[in-house]
Amino acid sequence: MTAPTTPLLVVDDLRTVFHTARGAVRAVDGVSFTVARGETLGLVGESGSGKSVLGRTVMGLIATGATTTVTGSVLLDGQDVHGLSRGRRRRLWGPEVAMVFQDPMTSLNPVKRVGTHLTETLRRHLDCSRAEARDRAVDLLRQVGIPEPARRLRQYPHELSGGMRQRVVIAIALACDPRLLIADEPTTALDVTVQQQILDLLGSLVEERSMAMVLVSHDLGAVAGRTDRVQVMYAGRTVESGRTRDVFAAPRHPYTEALLASIPQLDAPPHTVLRAIEGTPPDMARPPAGCRFAPRCAVRHDDCAGAMPALVPLSMPLSVGSPAASYDREVACHHPTTSAAFAAPGGPDGR
Amino acid sequence: MLAPDTRAAHPRRTLLLTGLPLLVAGLALAGWAFTTEVVVTIVRMLLLAAGVLAAIAGLGKVAHAVCGRAVDVVLWLGIGWLTFILGAAILAPWLPLGNHDDAVAGLTAPIFAQPGDGYLLGTNNYGLDVFSRAIHGARTSILVALLAVLIGTTVGGLVGMVSGFVRGTTDRLVGIVSNSLLAVPPLILLIALGTVLDPSVRSIAFALSLLTIPSMVRLARANTITVAEREFVLAARALGASRMRLLRREILPNVVLPVLSLAVVMISVLIVAEASLSFLGIGIQPPQPTWGNMIAEGQGGVMEEHPYIVVVPSVCLFLTVFSFNLLGEKAQARWDTRSAKL
Repeated sequence: MTAPTTPLLVVDDLRTVFHTARGAVRAVDGVSFTVARGETLGLVGESGSGKSVLGRTVMGLIATGATTTVTGSVLLDGQDVHGLSRGRRRRLWGPEVAMVFQDPMTSLNPVKRVGTHLTETLRRHLDCSRAEARDRAVDLLRQVGIPEPARRLRQYPHELSGGMRQRVVIAIALACDPRLLIADEPTTALDVTVQQQILDLLGSLVEERSMAMVLVSHDLGAVAGRTDRVQVMYAGRTVESGRTRDVFAAPRHPYTEALLASIPQLDAPPHTVLRAIEGTPPDMARPPAGCRFAPRCAVRHDDCAGAMPALVPLSMPLSVGSPAASYDREVACHHPTTSAAFAAPGGPDGR
Repeated sequence: MLAPDTRAAHPRRTLLLTGLPLLVAGLALAGWAFTTEVVVTIVRMLLLAAGVLAAIAGLGKVAHAVCGRAVDVVLWLGIGWLTFILGAAILAPWLPLGNHDDAVAGLTAPIFAQPGDGYLLGTNNYGLDVFSRAIHGARTSILVALLAVLIGTTVGGLVGMVSGFVRGTTDRLVGIVSNSLLAVPPLILLIALGTVLDPSVRSIAFALSLLTIPSMVRLARANTITVAEREFVLAARALGASRMRLLRREILPNVVLPVLSLAVVMISVLIVAEASLSFLGIGIQPPQPTWGNMIAEGQGGVMEEHPYIVVVPSVCLFLTVFSFNLLGEKAQARWDTRSAKL
């Protein structure tokens, strides 16, 4: 950790296990990371890699219950989220940590006006009058780039476009000035041109408010230019983490490498066969022994199926230009790749 | 805007030209069939039905021509009937109606007077005014049904919502209780309750509400479960809303419409149930009129001699139940979340 102060979020060996009829499903299986104040972390992985469950467990929305067991610890600004009572934890949601959901079509209540969504949250947390809440709501909508905010307040979610709705969802999440924003695939349900706008909006809001953000996404392109650090997830575990620039410039885990290689290239000649990763992620009720990526790995060795590789720090930078001291990089692979042949599209420009 | 007007004008005139004669002819046929003695009863009934149907079809065409678009005349006729009967029922004490329940005063009035001679719809065996009894009967029947639906919807809706939201043991217990209520044959349950409770409006309403509670619980619970799994509930939770608040502000507004549209259908079911109870003599007791005990007056050969004694309350019952059903169906088509995906 390079930040001078204590990190805002410390997640240590977090495990989320769902007890289902088919047995225990280990959706998150020993994940650790930290997020400094004002830092943006990208959580990347394909569908079913446990990244959404991780986001919700970090927030405490998923907690130990009748069918779920959460172990490990989540320290949000020094408070153990999973050690708090339900009521205390609820008080964190809004002012400390907020979430932007994937699909703005379903994350707004169809029978409530946009204004009601906003003012209810504001009045509950900030204890202000109806008129004050309304003014703040107009202000928030303006901040997320919604034209004619006063008129929008009176509209219902179905009267807005998808991009507008996601802006509303973001405005609601920002209502109580959270210090950490968890964006759970905020652009997946939107069309491509709007995706860009929403990501830019999130980026500028994070900067303006010096808010920390965890950006959960399966879209490497979304993560590439907008995160400080990135953590690649596979089958509930971290396979590689590091500064975005370093990871994208020189992936060390075969999975990261394969993910990067499967991004369609705009400058590729027509009819180029898209590269895909063979197979599907493992069934998390019965994960394979050893390295979980081994069955799909292109550079699999014999010992890969034997023991689970631990996440170990890499000491030596591969790419020139990164000082070794700040080379905060970990990988979980018995045979890390050394080729730096793959680079992110559009240039690996970590902010 | 000339072109659509000229195009619309022609069919409009045709509609009017076919609709008006159809309406008049239908009404004339129905009126003739109702009063004539020439043909046998069964043929009269068929002609009457045909006349009414023709009149409705004609009215539909006329309304289409007048409004410029297709109108659901049956629905509007139903709404019209409900407005009339509800208005009359509410205003009954202040309307200049005949004697409806004072058997002593009825001693001086003619019994079984034919409709028309001094009494709009005739008198019954106690010399009580049948028209007045039909209106006052509406008052009782509809009041009982509305009260029962109100109790059933409130209790059933709340219990269903809570059990669908909390799940777990509460849900299982509620499921056992509501399934047991559904397993008891309704008529037997009502007869059993009728022997215990005194036959007043309040206790009949309570007994009937027991019939609506289980289906309300089921509907509210099923809707709550689907709504509770939607992302906006999670989103509200992620902003620190308490469970009470989630139920009240996120789930209730989404559950209330399907529940209310079932409630409208329930009203008609309960009007029939109340009439059945009163017909069997375990509901509201005569001389206080309800449609059920008015129909029961036709037992023992009375109906053959004086058909209007049975026809008047039966037609009222039929039209009211039919109208409430139409209204309920419309409400369900419009408000049920299953058909309106958002």
